[in-house]
Amino acid sequence: MKKGKKERAYRSPLSLFYKYFTYFSAVVTFTVLIFIIGYILVKGIPYLTPQLFEFEYNTENVSMMPAIINTITTTLLSLLFAVPLGICSAIYLVEYASRGNKFVKLVRITTETLSGIPSIVYGLFGMLFFVTTLGFGYSLLSGSLTLAIMILPLIMRTTEEALKAVPDSYREASFGMGAGRLRTVWKVVLPSAMSGIMAGVILAIGRICGETAALIYTSGTVAEMAQSVMDSGRTLAIHMWALSGEGLHMDQSYATAVILLIVVLLINTLSAFLAKRLTKG
Amino acid sequence: MAKLKEKIMHGVFFVCAMASILAVLLICWFLFANGLPAMAEIGVFDFLFGTNWAPTDSPPSFGIFPMILGSIYVTAGALIFGVPIGIFAAVYMAKFCPKKLYRVLKPAVELLAGIPSVVYGFFGMVILVPFVREVFGGDGNSILTASILLGIMILPTIISVSESALRAVPDSYYEGSLALGATHERSVFFTIVPAAKSAIFAAVILGVGRAIGETMAVIMICGNQPRIPVDILKGVRTLTANIVLEMSYAADLHREALIATGVVLFVFILIINISFSLIKKKD
Repeated sequence: MKKGKKERAYRSPLSLFYKYFTYFSAVVTFTVLIFIIGYILVKGIPYLTPQLFEFEYNTENVSMMPAIINTITTTLLSLLFAVPLGICSAIYLVEYASRGNKFVKLVRITTETLSGIPSIVYGLFGMLFFVTTLGFGYSLLSGSLTLAIMILPLIMRTTEEALKAVPDSYREASFGMGAGRLRTVWKVVLPSAMSGIMAGVILAIGRICGETAALIYTSGTVAEMAQSVMDSGRTLAIHMWALSGEGLHMDQSYATAVILLIVVLLINTLSAFLAKRLTKG
Repeated sequence: MAKLKEKIMHGVFFVCAMASILAVLLICWFLFANGLPAMAEIGVFDFLFGTNWAPTDSPPSFGIFPMILGSIYVTAGALIFGVPIGIFAAVYMAKFCPKKLYRVLKPAVELLAGIPSVVYGFFGMVILVPFVREVFGGDGNSILTASILLGIMILPTIISVSESALRAVPDSYYEGSLALGATHERSVFFTIVPAAKSAIFAAVILGVGRAIGETMAVIMICGNQPRIPVDILKGVRTLTANIVLEMSYAADLHREALIATGVVLFVFILIINISFSLIKKKD
């Protein structure tokens, strides 16, 4: 038996080679990930000093606290714009529009286009539209609006998938009880799709936290904490870019990278957990 | 009353669904309206194929051909590193991987996709640049370095799209091949992979889009010299880098030329997107 198996494998050396190359590729992918994360954690954790988390930024402590707070503000603002819009349009696409509708097709195409646009192009658009034309200036508001457009396709797609995963029998039962379409969506479909929608929102948070190119020319690079949404302020990712570009604060750059990585790790875990609950429930 | 509410909300949902259409229209309008006049003023041919980028000279010269080539070279390099590894890793995950290992590998790939590009750029700066400098010579900020890093960055895109393409191939293909006496390996590589060919190609195209649009990581490691690339160990500037580097101090025609650079990038991306959806549709 064993001999037979071996012989067969030898008969096609090419597929044997392919097979080992798949192993090699998987190992490379995994090693690269472990190496990047491991290296940054090892180099960065020792520099996570309390100094880095002081509320006032100055060139002495290069504190990242203002940047963290700006990041949180930006995230909340972007979600405030993008989440209701994304969920409502997904509801329209899944629950209201008839299949194969021309309008739906157009929405699909534009959403796909949006998700392929690189962040620097969003940054340019944000600069031309929100900063200059609407006169918001370099501000957290301009940055958040730009990011809101950027994460819109992500939220729409995940919400659509979550809504589609709700079995039709739920809807039929609700209609059968005499509920209207709106009530069915609100009380039956949305609650059962909630964990899937949340998984998408959390992924969007991840993209916002890591975004740089779309924000440099919309929310600006001021290192202070923004006092209002009309003020300019840098997020954590921009802070990290500025620090590493100066080349004077490499240790602090490592520490900032650690914080960014931890955020990404948390977000991925949380989103995977919620998505799993969706497939189970 | 209930009927009215129903109607109003229907309208609200409809209006929300128009948001993405509106967004695309606005983006196109603002980019083209601000970029095209500059292109016309410089001369379309001089702008696209001019080899000299010297916006602050007098008279200034706005040729973005070096940056177009830079973007293409770096993207091609990223494909050389990223595509074989990505596709084969996807084959491993879809067809060879034990279930237990898959539960580790899948989140690992998602994590790779989630790492912010500044962190990748920083990693490239502290690890890859010195590595390339030591091993291959040059000053390390080069096409080669950028290609390796972008190759890593497009891995998760290629892996996850190809993996779902491989999983979508009907089991009957595999079973038919086994029934004809082929081994597991032969069945995977000579029936399943060819069947998923066009979807895998779509994954590669998506990877091209990622690579060509990547900004921050590239700026940090590829040297940013606006010249025609001659050697993979020399620095180069991409379209994306050109915008970020000079926008902070650019004014007048220079600023508009940078926006026009964005337009060129945007058109590249549109072409890539359209070919992606065409291939996906054919599938």
